[in-house]
Amino acid sequence: MSRPRSASVVLALLRAQLRLELRTFESLPAMCLFSVTAFLLFHFGLDVDSLSGNLASGVLWVTLLLAALLAINRVYVADAEQGGFDAFVLSPAERSTLLLAKTLVLLIYLAAVELVAVPAFAILLLEPSLWQAMPSLLGALVLGNIGIAVIGALVGALAVRTQARDLLGPLVSLPLLVPVLLGVARWTAPLFDAPRANAVALRWPLVLALYDAVFGLIAFALFDFLLED
Amino acid sequence: MSAVALRALTRRYGERTALAEVTLSLETGQTLAVLGPNGAGKTTLLRVLATLLRPHDGELEVLGHRLPAEGWLVRGRLGLLAHEPMLYRELTARENLRLQAKLHGVATDRIDELLAAVALERRGDEPLRTLSRGLVQRAAVCRTLLHDPELLLLDEPYANLDPAARLIVEPLIGRSSGKTRVIVSHDPQAALSEADLVLGLSRGRAVFLAPPAELDEGALTRLYE
Repeated sequence: MSRPRSASVVLALLRAQLRLELRTFESLPAMCLFSVTAFLLFHFGLDVDSLSGNLASGVLWVTLLLAALLAINRVYVADAEQGGFDAFVLSPAERSTLLLAKTLVLLIYLAAVELVAVPAFAILLLEPSLWQAMPSLLGALVLGNIGIAVIGALVGALAVRTQARDLLGPLVSLPLLVPVLLGVARWTAPLFDAPRANAVALRWPLVLALYDAVFGLIAFALFDFLLED
Repeated sequence: MSAVALRALTRRYGERTALAEVTLSLETGQTLAVLGPNGAGKTTLLRVLATLLRPHDGELEVLGHRLPAEGWLVRGRLGLLAHEPMLYRELTARENLRLQAKLHGVATDRIDELLAAVALERRGDEPLRTLSRGLVQRAAVCRTLLHDPELLLLDEPYANLDPAARLIVEPLIGRSSGKTRVIVSHDPQAALSEADLVLGLSRGRAVFLAPPAELDEGALTRLYE
C-alpha cells in the first residue's frame, strides 16, 4: 500500500480547515475583537495616549500571544468532535502532515489578525510611526508567528483530547511561549523607541530562529505519539 | 488465509476490562457478526481492529500484519463505518469525500460514482448539517468505501436508514460486496442472516463463537438476559 503524497495531504487538510473557518467564523473574529479590545483597555487602563520602547513592545506581543490562545484552543475542535481525528488516523497519510497543516492554519490566522491588530495598536497606543519600525517588525512578526504556530499546533493536539482542554491549552502553551515572547519583545522594543535606536541587536532574531527550529523538530518527533491511543 | 486473527485479546479502560481474552479467526471473504448487550465490548473490538485502540494483552493480526506494531501497513486497507460519520458537518459530502480521497491517495473520480450509488449525488453539494441522519449515514458509507478497503468494520451499518435506503446501500456493504466484514449489530436476526460466524460478547468475554447454523436456540436469548 503506497502512502499519499504528503504535500497533497497538507494542502487538502489546510483547505478543509480554512473552509470550516470561513463557514463558522469561530476563531478569526474572536481573535481580532480580543486584540482591539485589549488595546483599548490598555489605552484607558494605563491612562496614556501613547507608548514607546519596551512597554509598547510588551503590550503588542502579550496581546497577540493571548489572542493566539483563542485559535490554539479551537484549531482541533472540529476534528475531535466530528471524528476527523479518527478518519485521519485510519488513513495511510503521514501523521506529521496534520501537524504541518495545523501550523499553517495558525500562521494564516495570526497573519490575518495582525493585519487588523497592528494598525489598531499603532493608532491607539504607539507613539512613533509604525513605518519607522518596518521592515524589522515584519521579520519579528514572521519569526514570532512561526514559534507560536508550531507550539500551538503541538499543544492544541495534546489538549483537545483531554476533558480540560480549555484549561490545558493555555496552561501548557504559555510557559513554552515565554522564550518566543522574550525574543520578539526584546527585538521590537528598540524599533518602537522614539526616536528609533539606530542598531537592532542581531541576537534576538537568531535566538527566535533557533527556538523555532528546535521546537519544530520536537513537535515533529512528538506528534505521532499524540495521535496514538 | 485469515483476514483477522485474535488470540486472548484483552483491552481495558482503566480498571474496567472491555475485552477479556477474546480469541477468534476470520477467513478472507467471510463475515463475522458481533452480538451482545450494551457495554459488551462490541465497539471496542471494532476500534481495536481498526487500529484506533491498542490491545493491552494478547495477539492481534489484521490482513496478515501484527497490530499495533504494523498498524501503518493496515490503515488504508480497512474501512470503518462507526456510530459517528467521521465527516465535518460544515462541509458538503463532496468536500468531505475529496478530503478523504487526498488522505488515502486515491483518485477523486470515484466520488461521483459512489454518491450516485447511494443516491446522494443531487444533495452532494449541501453542508452535511443540513442533511437528515439517514443521508449523512449514506455519505459515511461513501467515506468508508472510497479507498476500496479489503476489510469492512461496520458498527450498526443500517442505523438511521429507512428500508428503501437500506436496499440502496446493501449491495455496497452487504454480503454481495464480497468483502471481508465484521458487523456489530443490535438486530440478531438480520446479523445472523449475513454472517458466516457469530461472536456473542457479554461483559467483554466471548460467550459463543460459531457459525449461525450451529447456534442453539437459547444462546441468543441467554446473551441478552
